[in-house]
Amino acid sequence: MDIALIHVFNALLYASVLFLIAGGLSLIYGVMRIVNLAHGNLYAFGAYVSAWAIGYATATAAGGGTPAAPMWLLLALLPAGAVAAAAAGALLEPTLLRPFYRRAEEYQLLVTFGLLMIIDDVIRFLWGPYPLSASVVFENFGSLTVGETLYPTYNFVVIGVGALAAVFLWAFIYRTRFGVVLRATSQDMRMSAALGVNVNRVYVQAFTLGCFMAGLGGAIIVPSQSAVLGMGVDALILSFIVVVIGGLGSLEGALLGALIVGIVREVGITWFPEVELAVLYLMAAAVLLVRPAGLFGRA
Amino acid sequence: MSTLTTVVAPARSPMRRLWYAAPVLVALVAWPWVADQYQTILLAYGLVMAIAALGFNLLLGYTGLLSFGHSAYFGVGAYAVAMMVKYLGVSSMELHLLGAVVASVLVTAIFGVACVRYTRIFFGILTMALSQVLWSLAFKFFWVTGGTDGLRVPTPTLLGVVTGKGDKIAFLAHAYYYYVLVLFLLCVAIMWVIVNSPFGRALQAIRDNETRAQFVGISIWRYRWIAFLLSGVFTGVAGALWVPLNGLTTPDILHWTFSGKIVFMAVLGGFRTFVGPIVGAVVYNYLESYAVGYTVYWQLFLGVILVVLVLSLPTGIVGTIERMLARRREAAPR
Repeated sequence: MDIALIHVFNALLYASVLFLIAGGLSLIYGVMRIVNLAHGNLYAFGAYVSAWAIGYATATAAGGGTPAAPMWLLLALLPAGAVAAAAAGALLEPTLLRPFYRRAEEYQLLVTFGLLMIIDDVIRFLWGPYPLSASVVFENFGSLTVGETLYPTYNFVVIGVGALAAVFLWAFIYRTRFGVVLRATSQDMRMSAALGVNVNRVYVQAFTLGCFMAGLGGAIIVPSQSAVLGMGVDALILSFIVVVIGGLGSLEGALLGALIVGIVREVGITWFPEVELAVLYLMAAAVLLVRPAGLFGRA
Repeated sequence: MSTLTTVVAPARSPMRRLWYAAPVLVALVAWPWVADQYQTILLAYGLVMAIAALGFNLLLGYTGLLSFGHSAYFGVGAYAVAMMVKYLGVSSMELHLLGAVVASVLVTAIFGVACVRYTRIFFGILTMALSQVLWSLAFKFFWVTGGTDGLRVPTPTLLGVVTGKGDKIAFLAHAYYYYVLVLFLLCVAIMWVIVNSPFGRALQAIRDNETRAQFVGISIWRYRWIAFLLSGVFTGVAGALWVPLNGLTTPDILHWTFSGKIVFMAVLGGFRTFVGPIVGAVVYNYLESYAVGYTVYWQLFLGVILVVLVLSLPTGIVGTIERMLARRREAAPR
């Protein structure tokens, strides 16, 4: 029974992080009709920035003679990655992506593929080829007993952040004025422009929000897993599976897709580790064949 | 797609094109006698990738489908050779090529049925997802595929007589180079016939206007499927030729980022022209080899090139040159 519960928690843990990454990807596609291949690298960027900030604070505290950096400071520094990824997004959209909206999809994919290569090496340049860890936060949270087994408390924080993000995002998009403008632009860009919506500004905001979510995903996962090179490309492929299953451009779909992928991954790692990834890709392919627009998508 | 159709290669007779190709052909044949062994092997890599890019471009340039999964067919060709060596003990290159063709026909036929029902972004994602299935299998089933260590492939026997026993480098830089060159020329000739055949024209009609093509009576699904099959087989042959050069096959060549490289090559050369992908593959190969040797940040270098390229020269190297020539021809007094 305990084991089953722990599997459920692990699945929710995966799902939370995946929802943050894939939700951002889906939001960007839904509003701007761009598949951002560099999205996974913005997630990696967020992870690196948070790990670096926490590592810096810990090292400074140790050098200054204080026994350890206070926990509140570390927690306050944790979202740094999300802010940094959002800032990167706000910078990239107007400079690199804007010239491509009127051009064929092929070019949009290519420019984001180039961006993927660039961000990969910028991360390598800034932080070197070695993994960057922020495990001090993870360790400070200790663990809880679930039945008779120990389970890290921090994982519940991640699940909580994922759930909160989903709720906030839903409220933001369906209950605020900005959300109305966002949905209108997503449905018909020309019509909303005619009605006086500043489409360029909405695009920057949507892209920034999407990147913020990716960065947040990286920031909250980095205490339990170190930031490593290549994490972005892996995350991108997994979030592709999520959005394909849920439907490109749909946030409800991203949530459902993240839950499905989280559960299948957890089951797969336990019972059929060799074909776990293959099963996920085949699931995505199967959904595309049966329902090309995904479970929640619009054609 | 309308923005893609702005530059069309001016129609010239095939004979005159061959006239242009003659000096290039002489240079390719003379290359091992002029350049050193390293340069020759580097060019052999470039020619192999050119076959892959040529196959890829049958889909992007002529059928209008952007595949992000061509690593799958390249990898299938390469792994077919590696498996034949490991489990069947076959060393004949001709049998390797045959095996690679059979394997890539099987895989592309199945993948094609699923993929060609879609166009645009869904086609790209579906091809990518399917190629990742193969990647994860090669990655996880290490007792069959060697996992990340890959499979070692010794030098093959060419035409049943020429072997690489002794000096492997000399073999690759001479006998194998010419082997690759002949197959490259063969592939170019076959592809030239394909794209200029009624079948090739039908593909271009589908690319330019699917609905009209359907009204003319072209069965779109079947034509796309055959194009997918041919495209995959060319890329599979390239994978088979690549393995002896590299001496090793790893799951890297099945990963979707490798597909990205193939796309890069086609765009670099110009996917709207026949020779564009060939030029792009050879140039990309040099760019990557020298960038990797020069700096660990070669990805940054190539990424910047790609971004600048799509921003300022979307027709690629060959497309840009053709446009400049056309402009000069117009400016010249008649």
